[in-house]
Amino acid sequence: MDSDPRGTESEQSVKVDLTVNGKDITADVEDRMLLVHFLRDVADLTATNVGCDTTSCGACTVLLDGESVKSCTVLAAQASGHEITTVEGLASNGTMHPVQQAFHEQHGLQCGFCTPGMVMAIVSLLKENPHPTEEQVRTGLEGNLCRCTGYHNIVRAALAASEMSAEVSS
Amino acid sequence: MIPSVFTYKRAGSAEEACDLAAEYGEDAKYLAGGHSLLPLMKLRLAAPEVIIDLSALRDLSYVTDQGSYVAIGALTRHHDVEHSDLLAREVPLLAHAAGQVGDPQIRHRGTIGGSVAHADPASDLPAVLLALDATLVARGTDGAREIGIGEFFQGLFETVLEPGELLTEIRVPKPPAAGWSFQKFTQRAIDWAIVGVAVQGNHVALVNMGGTPLRATTVEAALADGASTADAAAHAADGTSAAADIRASREYREHLARVLVSRALTEAGTRA
Repeated sequence: MDSDPRGTESEQSVKVDLTVNGKDITADVEDRMLLVHFLRDVADLTATNVGCDTTSCGACTVLLDGESVKSCTVLAAQASGHEITTVEGLASNGTMHPVQQAFHEQHGLQCGFCTPGMVMAIVSLLKENPHPTEEQVRTGLEGNLCRCTGYHNIVRAALAASEMSAEVSS
Repeated sequence: MIPSVFTYKRAGSAEEACDLAAEYGEDAKYLAGGHSLLPLMKLRLAAPEVIIDLSALRDLSYVTDQGSYVAIGALTRHHDVEHSDLLAREVPLLAHAAGQVGDPQIRHRGTIGGSVAHADPASDLPAVLLALDATLVARGTDGAREIGIGEFFQGLFETVLEPGELLTEIRVPKPPAAGWSFQKFTQRAIDWAIVGVAVQGNHVALVNMGGTPLRATTVEAALADGASTADAAAHAADGTSAAADIRASREYREHLARVLVSRALTEAGTRA
C-alpha cells in the first residue's frame, strides 16, 4: 500500500528546483511526483486542474519553457531547472492577459473546469502561430476537451485574442 | 493516478545513461518525453524500479542533412520533426506524420526515438520509418551499432535493443520515389490509430495491424506486378494479425486496412 497517493510524503526523494510564474521554488519531493501535484500541493497553485489524468483532456495544461504540456504526464523531477507558467501567472499588475480578456468577452466558458488548460493551450498556440485560421485553432486545441461542449465560444475567444494581440503589437 | 515507487536518475550524457542502464539492467527504463511510458506507469501496466531521465541530453536533438540521408537525433521532439524545413523538403511524409501524433501538448514532449524504442504497434512513427526504410543507431557500453528498421521490432513493446543500449539516431534515406501518403483512422483526434497506413513510393507500411508495425508485402508485390491501386489494396490485410479490442474487431481493422491502403496509394499517386 502506498502511503500517500500524491507522493508528498517521501521515502525516495529528489530535489526539484523550478521557476513557477517567475518565482523560484525548491522542494524535496518523492521521485514519482507528477508536475501537476507539485503545482497544486507544493506550490499551492490550484488553478491547474486534474481532469482525466490520462493525457487526454488537457485540463492540466501549463507552459514548460513557454510551450504547452500536460502536467499530469510530466514528472516534477523532469521539469526541474525549467520555467513553468500556470494560468495564475498570466495577468500582470491586475490586467488580464489578452487570452483571459477574450474568454471573458466571448463567454468562452461554461462550467469553467477546462478553462485554465484551454487558456494555456491557446497562449501556446498563439505564440507559435499569432494569426491562426479558425480551422488551425480547432486542430490546435485537439488536446483539450470541454465536457460542456462549449467549443464555439472557446474558438471565438482564441480568434479574438489573436486580433487583440495584433492591435497591441501594431 | 500515480506511478509505483521508483528511483529517479537524470543522466548527464549518453555515456552515463548507458552506464546507468547497464548497472540496473532489466529493472531500469529510459525516460525520453515520457508520453508513452508515464501513462503506462500511471495505469501500473509498467512498473520499472529505476527511471533514467534522458531529458538533459540536448545534444541528441537535431535534424541534419547527411547527403543521401537525413540524420535525426533520437531525442528530437515530434514538434521539431513536424516543423523541420529540411524534413518538409526531403522527407515530407515524416514531417507530416509527426504533426499527426497525439496533440500539440504531446508533440511538445514526445520524441521520435522514444516512440521507436517503445515499439507500440499502434504508434504512427514506427510504421512511417518502416516505409522509409530507416536505419537506427544504438550505442551501448561496447560502442555503437546500426540496425535496419526491418529487424528492429520483435513484438509488442519489444525490440532488439539490449538492456544498456540507447537509441541515439534515426537515419532516414532521402526517398528515391516522391509519392507519399499517411492515413490514420481514429475515433478522436488524440487517439491512437485504429489503423494507419504510410506509403512512400512503392513501400507500404501498416500501423496497428499486428504485434509490430508491418510492411504490406503482398500489396507491394502486387504493385510491382503492375496491379491497379484497387487490386493491390485488396491484399492490405494479407499476412496481418490485427488484435480485437474495445475500439475495433479484427475484421473491422482488416476492412480499414484495405480502405486506407487504397486511399493512401491514390493520394501518393497524386504526389508522384
